[in-house]
Amino acid sequence: MRRTGPIAMAFHACVTVFMLAPLVIVCLVAFTPENTLSIPWGTYSLRWFRAVFEHSDLMHSFWNSLGVATVAATLSVAMAVPAGIAIARYEFPGRQALNGLLLSPLIVPHLVLGVAMLRLFALVGARGSTTWLALAHVVIVTPYALRLVVAALAGLDRSAEQAALSLGASHLTAFRRITLPLMLPGITGGWMLAFINSFDEVTMSIFITSPQTVTLPVRMYMIATESIDPMMAAVSALMVAVTAAAMIVLDRLYGLDKVLVGQH
Amino acid sequence: MSAATNTSSRWTPYALSLPALALFALMVLLPLALTALLSFQQYDAEKGVQPGFTLASYALVLGDSYYYEIFFRTGWIAALVTLICVLVGAPEAYILSRMGKPWRSIFLLVILAPLLVSVVVRAFGWSLLLGPNGVVNHVFGAFGIGVVKMLYTPTAVVVALVHVMLPFMVIPVWTSLQKLDPMVESAALSLNASQWTVMRRIVLPQITPGLLSGGLIVFGLSASALVIPGLLGGRRLKMVATVIYDEYLQELNWPLGAAIALALLVINLVVMLTYNAVLEGGYAKRMGRS
Repeated sequence: MRRTGPIAMAFHACVTVFMLAPLVIVCLVAFTPENTLSIPWGTYSLRWFRAVFEHSDLMHSFWNSLGVATVAATLSVAMAVPAGIAIARYEFPGRQALNGLLLSPLIVPHLVLGVAMLRLFALVGARGSTTWLALAHVVIVTPYALRLVVAALAGLDRSAEQAALSLGASHLTAFRRITLPLMLPGITGGWMLAFINSFDEVTMSIFITSPQTVTLPVRMYMIATESIDPMMAAVSALMVAVTAAAMIVLDRLYGLDKVLVGQH
Repeated sequence: MSAATNTSSRWTPYALSLPALALFALMVLLPLALTALLSFQQYDAEKGVQPGFTLASYALVLGDSYYYEIFFRTGWIAALVTLICVLVGAPEAYILSRMGKPWRSIFLLVILAPLLVSVVVRAFGWSLLLGPNGVVNHVFGAFGIGVVKMLYTPTAVVVALVHVMLPFMVIPVWTSLQKLDPMVESAALSLNASQWTVMRRIVLPQITPGLLSGGLIVFGLSASALVIPGLLGGRRLKMVATVIYDEYLQELNWPLGAAIALALLVINLVVMLTYNAVLEGGYAKRMGRS
């Protein structure tokens, strides 16, 4: 009974088209030679991509996003590894609460986190600081890093580690030489997923960025609320390309289906 | 790590989680507490936020039908998006789970990968598709239907939200389908059960927990979505998130924004807890557990 009926296939085709349509249309319109949002028909042009690279605000936001996402992903992994070890391997009072707190950015709407952090930033004078922005991003991407770290630890065969300990290796050596290398796919997968989520984040960032620290998605949101021209399509196509590249790397490192199915 | 006899190991988990705990205390718990305090402060149009304690912001929200309307609209849009995601996501997950080897993982990626593309890009894509000169209206034109105004109406918001939320429904349903042994279905069919009976008696009970948790995620995320209604709902179609945005960044009435944001958070949490208690409790009973 592995056959799928024609109605099911038609339904599946519709869903696939529905899921891909907005991404495909953005990539098509990006190559238009016209001044308006139109699908190029026969003639293609890279003029809107050139416009993106000549747009200093957009480029500034792009580099800013790249920096924030790199720092946020690295810091979140650096915190998620020890915290993940505590959660996966120790039984202690407050373990559930700690786990709940570290996963809370998945439940507390980013909008609410955004306005809450805006208040904090206003009080401590952190608006306009890239460091504080990166810390805010660490918070929202830590759940993703933590999940993959905990999953990596749960699927880990502990016999090699125990063998090392019984042969006289210290806990630190056993961790550094055995456990950490075995966790590496989970850690790099967590880093990539954290990076993508930070790079894409917009709802929280809208509230806590200031003109100097605007990230790329926030800049795009601001531009799109005022006017829409094919340059927006070109930026969007570039973002799709960056995400696709990151996805391919993630797939090679860890297996994309594992990351996606495990991430909700 | 296994040395439980070591006296220092009692504190090891706390030491390991200290950096993350400190960051989350500073960046999540403290700001939420500050926002709760802020919502009780007085706002003056000329002098800004004033110290003191007042329920003025909450009174304003509760006493004005404008805000009721916005909360009601957000609620029905989120509920409709959840319903569509159930009706589309569950069959799609089932079809995917029955596909052959290479196609199954390819199409699973096609359905789930948009999750990793920024929501601004996806909203922009839908504005291209649904605009007056968009592809959808061209298709309508080919069928002799006139230009339908979709952009800046609830239709555009619902369609784009379904696009963003569908993966969150497919993932948990897919996960629960993985635990279903296909032999059980074959056994039921060989015992002369109709396809419909197999669906109702075997597949549906299996995916119910997935549908419940997926529905919860979709509802919560839809109710607090900002970018989609912001870009596709236009200026007039306000939802809770866009009102909070306006109060914070345009009106600069932070106490009022804080009160609405907290109301949104509390409603979200209450819906989540009630839903868990009522539905999953009922489900557990029906399945003969606990």
